[in-house]
Amino acid sequence: MRKLILSALTAAGLFASSGAALAAGGGEPLMKPGFSWDGFFGRYDQAELKRGFEVFNQVCSNCHGLRLVAYRNLSAVGLTADQIKDVAAAREVADAPNDEGMVSMRAGRASDKYINPFPNDKAAAAANGGALPPDLSLMAKARVGGPNYIYSLMLGFKEEAPHGVVIPEGKYYNTYFPGNAIGMPPQLMEDLITYSDGTKASQEQLARDVTAFLNWAAEPELNERKSMGLKVMIFLAVFTALLYALKRQIWKNLH
Amino acid sequence: MSGFQTNNKVISWLDERLPIFSMMQHSAIDYPTPRNLNYWWNFGSLAAFVLVIMLLTGIFLVMNYSSHTSLAFDSVERIMRDVNYGWLIRYLHMNGASMFFILVYVHIFRNMYYGSYKAPREVLWWVGILIFLAMMATAFMGYVLPWGQMSFWGATVITNLFSAFPVVGQHIVTLLWGGFAVDNPTLNRFFSLHYLLPFVIVGLVVVHVWALHTVKSNNPLGVEMKGEADSIPFHPYYTIKDLFGIGLFLMFFLGFVFWAPNFFGEPDNYIPANPMVTPPHIVPEWYFLPFYAILRAVPDKLLGVLAMFAAIIVLFFLPWLDSSKVRSAKFRPIYRQFFWLFFANCIFLGYLGGKPAEGWYVPASQIATVYYFAHFLILLPLLGKVEKPKALPASISAAVLKEKA
Amino acid sequence: MADSATHAQPSSTDGQSRRDFLLYTTIAVGAAGTAAALWPFVHSMNPAADTLALSTTDVDLAAIQPGQAITVVWQGKPVFVRHRTAEDIAAAAKDDTADLRDKAADGTRVQKPEWLIVIGVCTHLGCVPLGQKAADPKGDFGGWFCPCHGSHYDTSGRIRKGPAPLNLPVPKYAFTSDTTIRIG
Repeated sequence: MRKLILSALTAAGLFASSGAALAAGGGEPLMKPGFSWDGFFGRYDQAELKRGFEVFNQVCSNCHGLRLVAYRNLSAVGLTADQIKDVAAAREVADAPNDEGMVSMRAGRASDKYINPFPNDKAAAAANGGALPPDLSLMAKARVGGPNYIYSLMLGFKEEAPHGVVIPEGKYYNTYFPGNAIGMPPQLMEDLITYSDGTKASQEQLARDVTAFLNWAAEPELNERKSMGLKVMIFLAVFTALLYALKRQIWKNLH
Repeated sequence: MSGFQTNNKVISWLDERLPIFSMMQHSAIDYPTPRNLNYWWNFGSLAAFVLVIMLLTGIFLVMNYSSHTSLAFDSVERIMRDVNYGWLIRYLHMNGASMFFILVYVHIFRNMYYGSYKAPREVLWWVGILIFLAMMATAFMGYVLPWGQMSFWGATVITNLFSAFPVVGQHIVTLLWGGFAVDNPTLNRFFSLHYLLPFVIVGLVVVHVWALHTVKSNNPLGVEMKGEADSIPFHPYYTIKDLFGIGLFLMFFLGFVFWAPNFFGEPDNYIPANPMVTPPHIVPEWYFLPFYAILRAVPDKLLGVLAMFAAIIVLFFLPWLDSSKVRSAKFRPIYRQFFWLFFANCIFLGYLGGKPAEGWYVPASQIATVYYFAHFLILLPLLGKVEKPKALPASISAAVLKEKA
Repeated sequence: MADSATHAQPSSTDGQSRRDFLLYTTIAVGAAGTAAALWPFVHSMNPAADTLALSTTDVDLAAIQPGQAITVVWQGKPVFVRHRTAEDIAAAAKDDTADLRDKAADGTRVQKPEWLIVIGVCTHLGCVPLGQKAADPKGDFGGWFCPCHGSHYDTSGRIRKGPAPLNLPVPKYAFTSDTTIRIG
């Protein structure tokens, strides 16, 4: 039995370390600031999500798409129906052809998915020095370290590359980006935007809030998932205890 | 047959025409089971439970999944975001697959420790390996369906393996692909087969239980049931014990589903498939890693493929490779040590399978691969002849009574 | 826990009911858990969030001339929007007292008399009736004619002749301005 536990722990340790590499491709271990949704009882903080949305909408969405999120989903971050309508209407999409077969543009609606800033990927890359700004809908799940990676990346820019590291023209040094040469210029500066709730827009605050928003974009079900999990676990604990008691009772009769 | 009696006229009318009730009485209620089974014997019923969960969640996922390359990734995201409880059904299916392999691996190691593959259970063991093979095919194809980067590139690497075969290799690959690369035809046929194979698994499980019921369960002592004193009826003793096991298992399984649903997965699979960009590290799902390590350990492409298949084929011969007359490792002190060494080696192979093929990982994989085959082909045949087993108890009941004293 | 099986008679009934209580409690809890576990699967078959988001359609009425009709799609079904002429309205009102299979006064089927909005699905077996285009047959009552089995609807969308049992249904709609409506 002891041997088994020892092997199982070794196995778990080996698998855990070989799987989730804490170091990003850039080599440095990621920053781990701790987020409101971490842990067994973690949940999103709606005020944080709303601030993060403001950062995304005013800064990031100029180059990055969020094509899996619909404008109507933004009610979860605290926007009213009218605010959602305004956000959607800020961009245009192609309408259905009219009776003459002409396609015109119409304002975005709440039921639309987030409208991409560029008409297609090639246009997006061409406008950004040949590098396509990736869609951010799943970024928090599509990188090792998830939100820690996003947070670290946003704060990981350096004015000058360390001694001996050469960054090609048109790229920027980032401690956490794999290969260190990232096509995106540093974005988050202090007071870059003004939050509607008056919070001071420090660089760290901006990074934290946009990370929260992007984690929500990738995992909108998190609140429901963790709260359902709690109810399920309590039920199972009770039910399994009952089953164990019943098992003992039934087996007691055996000599 | 003799155990079933009823006063109910409807039930006896039905049973005379289709003996479901008397079959249940015989096979699931009165069925004689060794009285001394430990909790390692729960894993078979747990695996069957997970099979049901996989079928149920899979069928509901298909209600919203689209298998065209332009739609697949987004249809899965629609399930996650828009379908009521879609995220739950998807995460149950995804983590259920990992659970299925954990349970089946424990089940296989249990069989190896207690000699459950030995006569008269050889065919039972073979059907089990067939189930394992069908599971691997099902899981491999299932992983392709979300059409992420790992889906695409995992499919590309593994289907390319078949080109190793001389003369017919490339034709086999083209046949598998339905084209010149992994693309829409490949995705669609994998979808069709992924839906089919689980029902083949159900059929194999029926045969597996049939074979089991013919020879009856093994037990921790490896001594066959001789009389009534050795056995207890399956119901209520093992029905309740299996249900309790399910309760514990559900807590383990759902812990992952609700709090770490992506623990067993790869972040790269949340990036839509891109045939122009290869991810830096292509890794299969964790349950394939030991076999992946064996594949890469052999420098020759064809021999690597053959070694990988051989790693599973060798299992078919286990009943004869292990020459010991004694079943259970409980009475085989030397074999027991080698069993744990083998187990550790398998874990090590899994670890190496997840690493890039560089540095010390390469010779380590080769040693671990050689050891894997040496265990079956050299150690086991030798041990049976050389080892002096401990004295076996006269019967199960004798051993149980002795323990009580 | 006392071994009730080996004790004398008097306590065995207590043991039996204790045994039963545990069994019945466990069965009840298990049944409740199973039902709760199956609910997400059933509910996943209900309309998804993106389907529900498309549950309303906005229509601009400004370009529709009197006597003209347009067809819009709402929740996957055709909806007829007809700009009725004075003759249409008068004919509809006159027949309020006629022998109607599905009695309904025209006034109860419209919010503004010149705008008739009905779901364009025949209440017999579901075909889309003709009558939207100028050249379409409109049936004997000037409304719509269903070619599948010959149902005739009048200028209020009421069934007048043929096998259909009910009038063309009026969907929930509201005027969001003088010239726009939101259906649903």
